[in-house]
Amino acid sequence: MTWSDTLLQTLKDNEVRLIAHVPDNVLTPLIKAVAADNYFVSVGATREDEAVGTATGAYMAGLRSAVLMQTSGFALIANALASLVVPYQIPAILVISERGTLGEFNVGQTLVARTMRPTLEALGIVHHTLTDQSTLRFILDSSIKQAFTTQAPVAFILSPLLTGGNPAAHAHLV
Amino acid sequence: MSNQRTSVAILNRAALTRRLVERLKHDEAVIAGIGNANFDLIAAGHRPQNFYMLGSMGLACPIALGVALAQPRRGVIALEGDGSMLMMLGSLATIANMRPTNLTIIIWDNGIYQITGKQPTATAGLTDIVAVARGAGFAVSEWVRDAAHFDALIDRRFEAGGPVLLAAKIDDEPGKGRQARDPPLIRRRFMEGLGASRD
Repeated sequence: MTWSDTLLQTLKDNEVRLIAHVPDNVLTPLIKAVAADNYFVSVGATREDEAVGTATGAYMAGLRSAVLMQTSGFALIANALASLVVPYQIPAILVISERGTLGEFNVGQTLVARTMRPTLEALGIVHHTLTDQSTLRFILDSSIKQAFTTQAPVAFILSPLLTGGNPAAHAHLV
Repeated sequence: MSNQRTSVAILNRAALTRRLVERLKHDEAVIAGIGNANFDLIAAGHRPQNFYMLGSMGLACPIALGVALAQPRRGVIALEGDGSMLMMLGSLATIANMRPTNLTIIIWDNGIYQITGKQPTATAGLTDIVAVARGAGFAVSEWVRDAAHFDALIDRRFEAGGPVLLAAKIDDEPGKGRQARDPPLIRRRFMEGLGASRD
């Protein structure tokens, strides 16, 4: 299985059905697969905080949900996390494709990436950086279950070590 | 001939909120944006299907979309101010394309950021929120002519088979109620009200 197959199957196994997303190159196979599978409700949002809002509403109405975004999009959601997800105890499943490291060519991406983990730390949000296919299933499955049983969000950072990173970065590196 | 924003009556948010709540007979979910939309919803009497935001300005409509998609058989209403709606105009495009037939958005438009010092919003200038929603793809997007028209629009909101946006020009009377500032309690009561609580 590819990393995206494992991620989608783990979401299914945990009955996470509404997937709100803002596009990213690395996330392309995930977003395509979600749109093609009737099990999922696929919501293409215009902004990441909008996606967090829709995922929150779905959860509160009984439909488990996840949000897919890129590092730069995470930088748009600090207020939604601090005033909605964290205080209301929403088990938001945040999947973040990591840019800004390991061969980044865009200086803006390298800078905004540095705000991500400090923001997660400041808000006390559990986060895991996923680098390895061999531990992927265990980390995802156990952490998603922990999110729902403890009413707390969790962030999964998809490292280029796992995903291969942004194809455009490779073009710039040669 | 549809109404224009310059020719409709100036109404009162608290009074319209009471009229709305009186017409809700099927445990409809109501999601109120921060500030006065919230305060007048709580002043109309707490219902288990009410969700009150604290912060996260602009997210009433995205939250309501999530509720509407999760429970397509339940009527869902978002109450949002003009300033908050302007912050999240993109969500109108998302909602129009998702086509939740059970979702109604009500915009209270007084042309000011009322709570922060009455600074003018773009709707005090050239921006017409009803026209914005139509451009985003809403098949039904209407200015509320008067209170009786509001009642009729609420009663007919499912007829066109898509999401509906209604906008009312309102005065600047401050909201009256104050909600409990206890987010876990608000969430838990809302989830119980929607039958989505696990315990």
